[in-house]
Amino acid sequence: MRLPGPAVAVALLVLAATGTAALFGGLLVPDATAQDLTTGITFPGPGHPLGTDELGRDVLRLLVAGASTAVLGALAVSAGSMLTGNLIGLPAGYLGGRADALAMRWADLMLSIPALLVAVVVAGVMGGGYWLAILVLIVLFAPTDARVVRGAVLEQRSRAYVEAARLQNLTSWRIMTRHVWPNILPVALANAFLNFAYALVSLASLSFLGLGVAAGSPDWGRTLSDNKGQLFANPWAAVAPGLAIIITAAAVTVVGDWLQERAERRRLAR
Amino acid sequence: MSAGFLARRALGTLAVLAILSVGVFGLLYLAPGSVERTLLGTRPASPEALEAIRARYHLDEPVVTRYLRWLGGVLQGDFGTSIRTGMSVTDAIGSRLPLTLQLTAYGTLLAVLLGLPLGIVGAFRKGRAVDRAASVTAVAGMSAPPFAAGLVLLMAFAVHLPWFPVYGAGEGFGGRLLHLTLPALALAIGAAGLLVRFTRTALVRELDKDYIVFARARGLPPLRVAGYALRNALIPILTAVGLIVTSTLAGTVLIEVTFALPGLGSLLVDSVTFKDMPVVQALALLLTLLISLVNLLVDVAYTVADPRVRFGEDTR
Repeated sequence: MRLPGPAVAVALLVLAATGTAALFGGLLVPDATAQDLTTGITFPGPGHPLGTDELGRDVLRLLVAGASTAVLGALAVSAGSMLTGNLIGLPAGYLGGRADALAMRWADLMLSIPALLVAVVVAGVMGGGYWLAILVLIVLFAPTDARVVRGAVLEQRSRAYVEAARLQNLTSWRIMTRHVWPNILPVALANAFLNFAYALVSLASLSFLGLGVAAGSPDWGRTLSDNKGQLFANPWAAVAPGLAIIITAAAVTVVGDWLQERAERRRLAR
Repeated sequence: MSAGFLARRALGTLAVLAILSVGVFGLLYLAPGSVERTLLGTRPASPEALEAIRARYHLDEPVVTRYLRWLGGVLQGDFGTSIRTGMSVTDAIGSRLPLTLQLTAYGTLLAVLLGLPLGIVGAFRKGRAVDRAASVTAVAGMSAPPFAAGLVLLMAFAVHLPWFPVYGAGEGFGGRLLHLTLPALALAIGAAGLLVRFTRTALVRELDKDYIVFARARGLPPLRVAGYALRNALIPILTAVGLIVTSTLAGTVLIEVTFALPGLGSLLVDSVTFKDMPVVQALALLLTLLISLVNLLVDVAYTVADPRVRFGEDTR
């Protein structure tokens, strides 16, 4: 679906801001989790543009500091699942036959249940934790990547350059990694970008349920859950991290759509 | 032909359920620490207690035997007793099931009421301001995790404008409806975004086809032409509705925690946190079963909506 140009520009700006906060948040607000129990929870006011939470922590500072676990974790999930998806989708699409059938049945099975439910049950039973949540999400996201990559490989397989490489008696591995892979990369990257938005939301959901980052961490999902009981004292303490998640995920989706459309146009132009 | 298609799908669903039941049974072994300790919960682990647990859950038998024993109980509706409350798992789930089903149904209904018209309008006014606004709204909606959307709604319509209650499930039909409106809306926002996308894409594709061009050229009334296009776009729309039901059901986990509603979702989170394995296993299996049933129902709807599926033709 074609999104207007200004939307893409705004989305890129949002991503630049979030990216800066994620990478340099520790430097910008070194003492974000510093508590000030004498202040307690307050409405937005001078010195605290978004107010403070129950522990007297400044909400805006928490927001900046929370970008890193929220965003970098999601990045790890989308990169990890893209890698796994490529490792499965490339041979499935290129070799076909039984390997392909097996891989696709596996993907069907994995995709028949919402990832969030599986993530809650598996991460919860195993005791939760940030890296566990990331690992579980990688496993759950990989089937989508595998399917997309396989589809793109099927399209490339019958091209003349693949035939030529085969006639040179190159190994299947070499043809897959050196010849086919660069041609499907734009598709895989655009998909990884869309996955990134979903990963951000899923990771925040797990943190919200207490299955992600440790208690007290300045993570968006966690801050939201810690402060959700304070709606009457300072609603911004919970709503601001919620809006941060929504806006970042929306911006990522907009940019992902734009990338996908460009990849599609390039494909059609050939 | 139709019977063959549905029988194949039903068999496939059974196979998926069988595979997943093994996974659900295996959850017991995923928990860190020994199985006896997990099943003991917070009770003191004296040698006698461990021995009693081992005898009660038949832990000395081979895994396959125990799986079959567990499955036998499950098929008769017996999921054992909750470690946390000592209640029968079946009773605990039974008392919470209605709320989750109501919430899912309400959320799905709102999503269809919001998403379908927006998608249709977007397709017919492709590229215009309305379409662009619908697209951006859809992206924003799809990006909003239900719990975040729920909190924003709570702040706006329960705290700032005190129209709706903040917490609780409500008494009677009217009270329930009032209490579930914000949670259902929070679930519907993301689902509606998905539906807008699917509907719009499917309709745009149909509207580009020759039969629509000819129907328009013959001067058929626009509404009738729209009817033709919609009928043919029904399959992808039905697929989206199926996805919406399942994602709404999954979303109840987050929403019930956000709004402190006593449903299956909050029970799942509590049980998972407490490692109340019999309850976790029962819920995992039940939710899987519900989702498989929804997917099967969507397949049935395909055959009703599209004779080409009924007679085994390729629909693409």
